[in-house]
Amino acid sequence: MKLAGIFLTAILTENFILCKFLGICPFLGVSKKLKTAIGMSTAVIFVMALATAVTFPINKYLLEKNGLDYLQTIVFILVIAALVQFVEIVLKKFIPSLYEALGIYLPLITTNCAVLGVVLLNVDNGYNFAESMINSIGGGAGFMVAMIMFAGVRERLEGCDIPKALKGLPITLIAAALVSLSFQGFSGVVDGIFGLFS
Amino acid sequence: MAENKSLAKEFSKGLIKENPVLRLVLGTCPTLAVSVSVTNSIGMGIAATLVLVCSNVVISLLRKVIPSKIRIPAYIVVIASFVTIVQMLVKAFVPALNDALGVYLPLIVVNCIILGRAEAFAGKNSVPASFLDGLGMGIGFTFALIVMATIREILGAGTFLDSIDSLTKLFGVTSFTGFTLLKQPIAMLTMAPGGFLVFGLVMAAANRIAEHQGKPKAELSGCAACPMAASCALVKKDEKCETAPAKENEKEESAV
Repeated sequence: MKLAGIFLTAILTENFILCKFLGICPFLGVSKKLKTAIGMSTAVIFVMALATAVTFPINKYLLEKNGLDYLQTIVFILVIAALVQFVEIVLKKFIPSLYEALGIYLPLITTNCAVLGVVLLNVDNGYNFAESMINSIGGGAGFMVAMIMFAGVRERLEGCDIPKALKGLPITLIAAALVSLSFQGFSGVVDGIFGLFS
Repeated sequence: MAENKSLAKEFSKGLIKENPVLRLVLGTCPTLAVSVSVTNSIGMGIAATLVLVCSNVVISLLRKVIPSKIRIPAYIVVIASFVTIVQMLVKAFVPALNDALGVYLPLIVVNCIILGRAEAFAGKNSVPASFLDGLGMGIGFTFALIVMATIREILGAGTFLDSIDSLTKLFGVTSFTGFTLLKQPIAMLTMAPGGFLVFGLVMAAANRIAEHQGKPKAELSGCAACPMAASCALVKKDEKCETAPAKENEKEESAV
């Protein structure tokens, strides 16, 4: 039950993009077409899950055990950067079809604050391994939901008659505000269903 | 004399002309997340400026030592070290700010303003120029944060400079704890949608002002501004990334 709650919270009430403002750059930059939005968010889910799976044991058995908690930021970003590079090389060599689909998004993800953010949040919240993994996958799925929804909204914006001053980025941000407002409607839903979390 | 002038330019360009948030559209995540209160914005601004200045100086010092192939990881290590230092300082001296900024404090590591300046400026320029560039960009970032936060805090929470004493008590001032201005504020503005909305409107205003001065609008330069652009296959593959075609269309339109 708790895992399901964490999963739904990560997608709906604590959506990474729309509620926590993590990963805004790809959200605004890559959401113009549905296809790239899906590719990018699949890669994000993949890297988030992998980064969590690798950083969790490093944090628990290497850093916390030796009282090196303060090195978390530095170690996590380096592990993520190395991991992304490694995954890229492995995919290119062994699964070229997957590389074709995801490879081009991978380097972008190294400096995506959503990936470092999810890893740090897992530590802050004191999640165990299963909870961390569910939170990361849920966070990635929430990222995907927001990207796909917003890609749809932006396609509609293309043909609209927009006041001159708002053209381009401002109207995109205002549209994001409305999508985000709709997600505010989910607040309390997870509490209501599971009644376990505050 | 000419050199002094150009150094002054490196400093002043970050404030308004190339303001990292309002003109270059960098560092949007912290801008949206932290601009809930002016106090948080000032704290975040100072922390980011500190990291930006220190990392710019160190990277500029090391620019001839770091091989260009591994420069991005090297920059990240330098930046992450300074972020860790700042994190420890904030935890020790301003714990209230540490709680308020939460995960966004360590996330200064991936703030694209800092990696962007390292890649675009500090890796190629002298130490004094890099120092001033970092300082100017940092102050520009803080300025943009404070503009956003002023709007959001006054209208959204009805207060101004609320709990500023957590910062000023470092200088021994604890009597001033901010104003209360509105009794029934628009709470939505302090929540996530308000961040996007206010940023959109501030951006529109900045574009309007730029237009008056005959300068181009701020566009999401997307991949071009991204510090990873050099190593990014999305850029290499099409020679341009997702947002580039839109720009080209605009140019065509203006040509017509």
